[in-house]
Amino acid sequence: MDKIQVKNLNLWYGNFQALKNVSATFAEKKITAIIGPSGCGKSTFLRVLNRMNDLIEGVKTSGQVFIDGENILSQDVDLIALRKKVGMVFQRPNPFPLSVYENIAFGIKIHGLKYTKDTLDAIVENSLREVLLWDDLKDKLHRSALSLSLEQKQRLCIARLLAVKSDVVLMDEPCSALDPQATQRIEELMRELKKHYTIIIVTHNMQQAARVSDDTGFMLLGEMIEFADTHSIFTAPKDRRTEEYITGRYG
Amino acid sequence: MTKKITLRKLKEFIIEKLILLCGLASIFFVMLIFIFLLKEGLALFKTVKVSNFLLGKSWYPISEPPELGILPLILGSLLVTFGAAIISVPIGVACAVYIAEIAPGKVKEVLKAGIELLAAIPSVVLGFIGMVTLVPWVKKVFNLPTGLTALSGSIMLAFMAMPTIVSIAEDALYSVPRSYKEGAFALGATHWQTIWRLLLPAASSGILAAVMLGIGRVIGETMAVMMITGNSAVIPQTFLAPVRTLTATIAAEMGETVVGSEHYFALFAIGIVLFIISFVINVTADLFLHRKPK
Repeated sequence: MDKIQVKNLNLWYGNFQALKNVSATFAEKKITAIIGPSGCGKSTFLRVLNRMNDLIEGVKTSGQVFIDGENILSQDVDLIALRKKVGMVFQRPNPFPLSVYENIAFGIKIHGLKYTKDTLDAIVENSLREVLLWDDLKDKLHRSALSLSLEQKQRLCIARLLAVKSDVVLMDEPCSALDPQATQRIEELMRELKKHYTIIIVTHNMQQAARVSDDTGFMLLGEMIEFADTHSIFTAPKDRRTEEYITGRYG
Repeated sequence: MTKKITLRKLKEFIIEKLILLCGLASIFFVMLIFIFLLKEGLALFKTVKVSNFLLGKSWYPISEPPELGILPLILGSLLVTFGAAIISVPIGVACAVYIAEIAPGKVKEVLKAGIELLAAIPSVVLGFIGMVTLVPWVKKVFNLPTGLTALSGSIMLAFMAMPTIVSIAEDALYSVPRSYKEGAFALGATHWQTIWRLLLPAASSGILAAVMLGIGRVIGETMAVMMITGNSAVIPQTFLAPVRTLTATIAAEMGETVVGSEHYFALFAIGIVLFIISFVINVTADLFLHRKPK
């Protein structure tokens, strides 16, 4: 099933065109990796999918992006509902300066969802269980999230999305601040999460893309050069530039 | 060659010592002022009990024998300051939020410049403006015999506290990491929810410090309050009555007292009281400002 379809997407920062006619299709409950050298537009592309680029002044887009059949680039899209559905994990873990518990409850509260003390407790517990933090943190729920380790912070940021029942999770280089062991554990978590969530990960780490993703897109200078299942991209790339990139000739 | 090096070393040495001297001099002068204040102020307590001074209800320094109770003055200062805080804190913090978070580039520049301009107005000018505009207005609106009231003083002082509160609170809000805001937006929070639930709490210690420093400025302010609060040394019952503050008392009476008289010492003792109040406020502000985030 296709969860997200991107058709002829163009994006300009002022006069600079950062995305050129990008088209791609993202399958539901799979992990898709976007790779490419720095500055190729992969983070920009990711930020189109939850309209985070709207925060930057002077951004123009054209084209269409359908999520569950709805064009999210249209003027009348409900940004709040969109961002609730399409969550984002950032490069630097950014838990809020609140307690672990309040970090997860935050989404529930801002969306005005109905809850009681018991249901909220249950949501916090479930979300933490899903990211395998519950056993470590169950006695520290009211400790500040800023006191956690980097890996725990990043897991907490993922749990924060699960609490509001996002069904797409965008990850912008989620492991670049983490050590190799933590990276490996987050990758395991991603494999676990894909049973329920559609995951799109931007990474400059090709090994990571090869390890975790089902599909891979290669971007260069704002263009989507090649988009296919991960196995074919890494073993039989069709485009010369893809081949050059994954064999390490530049990037 | 070696001569050049020794010359350079000598130069460094002299400059270093000169700077040291300047630093020590400023500390030395502050100490002198402090010692003088203590010496002159504490002399009062040879003849007047501390409790009678602080809690005495009447201030008649030139009657015979003089009555030197400063309770009405302390309450006058506190009332005017309290009123100013009630007016300036919400407006000031809201203004800081607007400048830090909402205002587009141009508006932000204009507003910041405007706030700084407000801080640059001499208090005597503000007092004068207050006297000819605010005072008649208060008199008319509340139908009072006089417009020289605590309320007028509070409103005028609120203007003076505002620049401090706005600029420090704006700094505090601005220094909240951008990533919090991004995270909240990415979760679908509205701008207001982000401000209210994240930015304000995250900046709270800086905002508290801003409020304390604003209040510190107000309580030490003299000229404007002397001009528009009516200066009657009675225990204030409402905001609509004239009051006299600690600062105005010193300023108004300093010129007419005899050096070495009880009245003279009492004015210095008032100085000590003011010093203690300001000191406590500044230390508190400093604690908030340098509090490590937990």
